[in-house]
Amino acid sequence: MELDNLYQEVILDHYKRPQNKKLAATFDAQVHHVNPSCGDEIDLNLTIKDQIVTNITWDGVGCSISQASVSILTDLLVGKSIVEAYSIYDNFVALMQSKGSIVGDESVLEDAIALAGVSKYPARIKCALLGWMAFKDASVQAQAKSKLD
Amino acid sequence: MTLDPSVIRKDFPIFDRVIRDGQKLVYLDSGATSQKPNAVIDAESDFYRNHNAAAHRGAHQLAEEATEAIEGSREIVAKFLGAESEDIVFTKSSTEALNLIAYSIGSAPSGNRFHLQPGDEIVVTEMEHHANLIPWQQLAKRTGAALKWFEVDQAGRLDLSDIKKVITERTKVVAVTHQSNVLGTINPLTEIVKRAHEVGAVFILDACQSVPHMPVNVKDLDIDFLVFSAHKTVGPTGVGVLWGRSELLSDLPPFLYGGSMIETVTMTDATWAPAPRKFEAGVPNMAQIVGLGAALNYLSNVGMENIHKHEVALTKYTLDKMQEIDQLRIVGPTDLHLRGSAISFTLGEIHPHDLGQYLDSAGIAVRTGHHCAWPLTRKMGVPATTRASLYLYNDEADIDSLIAATKDAQKYFA
Repeated sequence: MELDNLYQEVILDHYKRPQNKKLAATFDAQVHHVNPSCGDEIDLNLTIKDQIVTNITWDGVGCSISQASVSILTDLLVGKSIVEAYSIYDNFVALMQSKGSIVGDESVLEDAIALAGVSKYPARIKCALLGWMAFKDASVQAQAKSKLD
Repeated sequence: MTLDPSVIRKDFPIFDRVIRDGQKLVYLDSGATSQKPNAVIDAESDFYRNHNAAAHRGAHQLAEEATEAIEGSREIVAKFLGAESEDIVFTKSSTEALNLIAYSIGSAPSGNRFHLQPGDEIVVTEMEHHANLIPWQQLAKRTGAALKWFEVDQAGRLDLSDIKKVITERTKVVAVTHQSNVLGTINPLTEIVKRAHEVGAVFILDACQSVPHMPVNVKDLDIDFLVFSAHKTVGPTGVGVLWGRSELLSDLPPFLYGGSMIETVTMTDATWAPAPRKFEAGVPNMAQIVGLGAALNYLSNVGMENIHKHEVALTKYTLDKMQEIDQLRIVGPTDLHLRGSAISFTLGEIHPHDLGQYLDSAGIAVRTGHHCAWPLTRKMGVPATTRASLYLYNDEADIDSLIAATKDAQKYFA
């Protein structure tokens, strides 16, 4: 079934058992992002220490794609340097915007490769990117803050 | 005469195609936009092929024909609503029509009956589509008038228990939807219109979800303004209709300035043509207006009463079947009293976007999300809903497909 390409087991697992879905009390940046077309919302807290992403926590409501995607992101990016995290981010965004024309690099994207099927459903790309956009926004804010400190 | 959807569908070429690998199209999203019959597609095409010229301008035969075609549509619209054709204004959408009223009221100078100032009140309801909320919310901000609203109860009905406190002597504008695009609720207008007029307010009806589905007569409703959308009424996109009482259209300042809407112009001043021309600056969407005329003729031939009866019966069938599904919650009235055919629901923990995707994989088109009525979905305590909205071409087989696929989705996402 075509739909199984979209709803991979990994996605449904993350949706049912989301990772890091509890906002940490301390953070360098906190952002709130919404998808105005469907009402999905997430809050994301980010901590960066010595250019390393040390903590990402979140809370939110939304479809399986948006919720699984942010859950996967937290697993994937914590422990990475900001440079590595941005490289993975760029890789993921390119995959989402590929309309199915690229398969994605599993060695870079790990579990996030499961979201490759989303790229064939234009209406769902925003769902998959919601958490990633929130991360990018938070990381910019966190770095701006660290420059001020 | 009863309506036979299988006969109706033959008039709509889109039902000849298949969806998602050869499946039958089950179109349950007419609340967003309706499908188009050949009569409409042909009328639009015929205008471009045979009569295209700028209406109301030009001294040649084609310009005459284009003008006649548009004015012919205006008469069809007027007859459809029980109105006079000079009180029908064509806009680019019903959203534009509502903005037209709001902006024109906002520019009414002191002394004009529409003038708003701090201390005045504008009344809407919690179930408005964003198009009938935000123009008023922003008008209130611009003028200093207060925005008030009727609340919606958990059954999806307007709470009119304190109508005299909501609509007061200060109220100047009351803008209400005829039928909720989310809940399917049809609002009891008589009481609200009566109260609005008692305090001297104008009553504006958003009829986008009612005009396509049941007979609507502006005189019977005793309202002051009405808007509806061509594309939800088996007509083309790009056309909205504004009807207003002639004395009100006459006092209302124009919204868009430009060609065709003037009486005289100098370098420093201008005067306005009488309505409807005063509100129709620029070359109109002519082919689409002609298509709207064909659409309303099509609906009139089927019979609005027949369409309404068909939808009531199919809504009952849908509500009954839905209520047999475990964990399915209908967001809106579950009885047929004052209820239209837009049916929103939630399905346990399954997010509407996921359900919509699953239904799509079975060839079923529904809408998911907050349906441009975010304050309402919030009030109903749901982040989003799935909506099936019915029309004249839908039948029980469509509903059976929806019900079966919804049950399958429960297994898929379990």
